[in-house]
Parts: sequence; structure tokens; C-alpha cells
Amino acid sequence: MRRINPRFIDKIVQIVFNMQAFFTVSILIVIVAIIFIKGFPYVNPEFIFASPEDMGRHGGIFPSIAGTIQLALLSILFATPLGVGTAIFLTEYTRESTFTKLIRFGVESLAGIPSILYGLFGFIFFVIKLKMGWSLLAGVLTITIMILPTIIRTSEEAIRSVPRQLRIVSYSLSATKWETIKKVVLPAAAPGILTGIMLSIGRAVGETAAVIFTMGSSLRLPLSIMDSGRTMAVHFYILAREGISMEKAYGTALVLVLSILSINVLAYYVMHRAISKYS
Amino acid sequence: MIEKALLKERFVKWVLIAFALSSLLFLFLIFIFILAEGLPLFLKVGVGNIIGGFKWAPTRGSFGIFPMIVSSFLVTIGALAIGAPMGLSCAIYLSEYSGKKTQMLLKPALELLAGIPSVVYGFLGVIYIVPLVRNYLGGSGFSLLSTSIILGVMILPTIISISFDALISVPKTYREGSFAMGATKWQTIYKVILPSAKSGILASFILGMGRAIGETMAVIMIAGNALKIPGSILDPLRTLTGNIALELSYASGDHRLGLFSTGVVLMVIIMILNYIANFGIKRKIAK
Repeated sequence: MRRINPRFIDKIVQIVFNMQAFFTVSILIVIVAIIFIKGFPYVNPEFIFASPEDMGRHGGIFPSIAGTIQLALLSILFATPLGVGTAIFLTEYTRESTFTKLIRFGVESLAGIPSILYGLFGFIFFVIKLKMGWSLLAGVLTITIMILPTIIRTSEEAIRSVPRQLRIVSYSLSATKWETIKKVVLPAAAPGILTGIMLSIGRAVGETAAVIFTMGSSLRLPLSIMDSGRTMAVHFYILAREGISMEKAYGTALVLVLSILSINVLAYYVMHRAISKYS
Repeated sequence: MIEKALLKERFVKWVLIAFALSSLLFLFLIFIFILAEGLPLFLKVGVGNIIGGFKWAPTRGSFGIFPMIVSSFLVTIGALAIGAPMGLSCAIYLSEYSGKKTQMLLKPALELLAGIPSVVYGFLGVIYIVPLVRNYLGGSGFSLLSTSIILGVMILPTIISISFDALISVPKTYREGSFAMGATKWQTIYKVILPSAKSGILASFILGMGRAIGETMAVIMIAGNALKIPGSILDPLRTLTGNIALELSYASGDHRLGLFSTGVVLMVIIMILNYIANFGIKRKIAK
């Protein structure tokens, strides 16, 4: 049997990998392109600033945009102090021990729980047992727990990458530990922490399963935290699944995907700048 | 003055400990409340009748979720069959073939795939994949195959980014040693790099599986949600996650408890997968 030249195989393999990577990237481009091309004709100021009529068949999506912003910002408001505090504790106040391992185990496990189980938990705990009903508050608390691991991980990484010298200089100026963290470590780690916060906002905006069973799907704008409301993702899901309006569904999808992509691109940009600062 | 500062230091420390403990508290609450709702039915109806039962008629006292367990595994394996080769070869391309510049551009771009919400994937699946399957292969199109394709794409970012990290962490000296022996690039990748990065790559597959088995919204839109074990890849099916999401909004009484029992089974499967993945990653780091 004649042996095939290994260099020939090498060339073939290289071509295959190039094509494969090209194919995967084109999937991404096609997905985004479809959403943009199909959704673009339906997105106009009226679509963004008007209220939906007739279950969303006509009118705009303003309440769901407002609901999304309320949900994302309030969740961040709760999750950021908890997450950054946890990260500070893990990096500045302890050595690796059974206790930190236990906390890390908790964070990792939370990160691995699928969103439908968050929905199930939020539904039974916040909506039923704590009698919040389908409300913005129940949604916010559920999403807070869901995004907590992302904020903890990114903040921990950001705080760890702050050079030791900065801390030592601060101590040598007789600053206390907390003063050092507050005035030296946190400002230096801010871009990394911000990245985590933005990625979490992206996740909250795109989430459906955990939101629909906690915040509900009322079409009205939530005026208090005890009101039910729907996010863009939930609105889009209901439009698409119940076949209410394909046009409105595409329009909503465009606004939804565009918001998430721009938040994530911004997050990567901030991270990139932070990395180049220290290396 | 100094005493006040010390007091403040101590106060801050305790607040931070409380914050750190909150993650554990939340995890505990999630476990307790899902178990508290899900376990009573296991005792009442019997573990075998739920896990091994074929019939799901929760309003008439049948809570069999065996077909859904099988279906969940089938879509997960299907997703892996599509996502694993694509994801791994993309990771190999990024770590071994592409230039630094392409790598810096492509990696975040591919990670953006993860940001696209699952409802959007489900929607595109219904509009484009389902008709394609229906017209060319038959059946209704709402099928194991369509679901596997969409889930396969959805787990790509997980597989690419984790196996990329595993490949890139193989020491440069391994590659140089192999090249010095006269091996070609592919021989080096196949015989040296892949075996060294094996556990990290495996972990990426298992985490991808965890994502696929936990995925909900995309699945209920394209799987067809039929209550039986699919006989072919063109048959519709209902997963564990789909069962919960489809019925939770209107279920009450034992019916609702049945959905929490479904949640308990899902939670156990996810825990096992995460444990295996973490174990794999730890072994890699230890090496």
C-alpha cells in the first residue's frame, strides 16, 4: 500500500479547519443578518415609543422596553454589592481554606443551574410562598441570584489582577485595609468589574424562562415593583409562539438582539482596554 | 480615632462575610424549595412510577416522566454530535492555525453567539430549520433532528471557548519538540496537542451537554412536545425542561407538584454533569 504524503494530509487538514471556522463564523453572521434584514422595516420611533394594542398585533413595544430596563437595572442594583463584596472577601480577606472552597462551590453550582430551575424556584419561593405574586420584584430577585455568579467571577478576576505594589504603597501610607480596598484596589479593578456588570445586564435582557414565571407577562407598564410586566424577550416569545404577529416579532427581535449585542460589544471593549492597561 | 477605624474594619469584614455567604444561602434555598415541592410526590406515587413511568397525565394521577428523561438525553446527544466536532475544530483553528489578529477578532465574535437569547434561536429554528426538515426529510419538522441542530449551534460558544483555553494552555515546548522530530503540524496536533488537552476538551463537551439539557425556550418552540419516546430523528419529543415550562403557568395541586418532581430529576442530572466537568477541569489543572 502506498503511503500518502504526510505533507499532503497536512495541507488538506489545514483547508478543512479553515473552512470549518469560516462556516461557524458565517452561522453567526447569518443569524444576525436575518434578524437585522427582517426586523429593520418594522422598527421606527412609533414602534419603540408606542404601547402595544390588541395583544401586540398593532402598536409598539414601549412597556416591554421599559420593563426590560427596570428588570435589568434593579437586578444589577442588588447583585453588584453582593457580588463585588463576595469577590473582595474571597481575594482580600482570606487565604484558600475550606470556607472559601465552600463559597466557591456555591458560586460554581449557582452558575451551573439552568434558567428554568431559577424560574421554578422564583415561582414557588417569591411568587407563592412570599406572596409577591407575578411582579417586577419577584423577577428582580430571581434574576439577581441568577447573575450573581457572573459578577463574582469577573470581579474576582479583576481584583486579583490589580498589582500587589499598589496595595503595599497604600499600606505604607498607613491606610487601613478597607481604605486601601475602597480607594486603591476597587478603582483599579473598576473596568473589569464593569465588564461583569454589563455581561450580566446582557443576560438579564435575554432571559425568558426565569422571567416569565416570576415577573409574569402583563402587557402594561409596571408602575410599582409589585406590578407584573413583561420584558422584550418574553414579549417576543409570546408574539412568536402564539403567532400573534410575525412583523412585530421580527421588530422586537431586532431591538432585543441589537441591545444585547451592543451591551456585550461594549463589555468586551472595556475589558480589552483594562487588559492592555496592565500588560 | 484609631479605635473607631478598627471598629469600622471589623464591621466591613463581617458585612463582606455575610455577602459571601449569600451565594451559599441562595443555593441552599433553591435546593430546599424545589425538593420540598418535588419530593412529596415521589413518596406518594412512588419513585419508580415517576422515573420509570411512561404515562404523563398529571390531572389523572399519572406522573411518568421516563419518555422525557430519554428525550432530554437524546437532544443532548444530538446537540453534542453536531456541536462537538464543529466547536472543537473551530477551537483548533483558533489556537493552532489562525494568526494572532484573527484570533483576537474571532474569539469575542464567537462568544457573542452566546449572548443571542434562546428565544431567538428557537424562533429562527421554527422559521428556517423546521420547514427545511419537513420538506426534505419528512415528518412535521418539529423533531429531534431540528432540536439537535439548534442546540448544537447554541452550545458552540461553550465548547469553543473552553476547549480553546485547554489547547492554548498546552506548553509551547510540546509543539517545538514534536516539530523538531520532523512531525507535520497535523501530526503534532493529533498526536501531541489533543492528547495533552484531552481533559479540558472533555470538560467543554460535558459543560456543553449541561447547557443543552437545561435549555428550555428554544426547545419548546421546535421540539413538538409530544409525550412519547421518539422512534426516529424526525419524531417530535418533549424534554424535562419543556415539560416544566409548558405547564407551570396553569398547573395546580398535584399537577404542579409533578412539575417540581420533574425539576428535581433535572437538578440531579445537572449536578452530576457539573460534578464530572469540574472534576475533569481540576485534574487538568493538577497536571
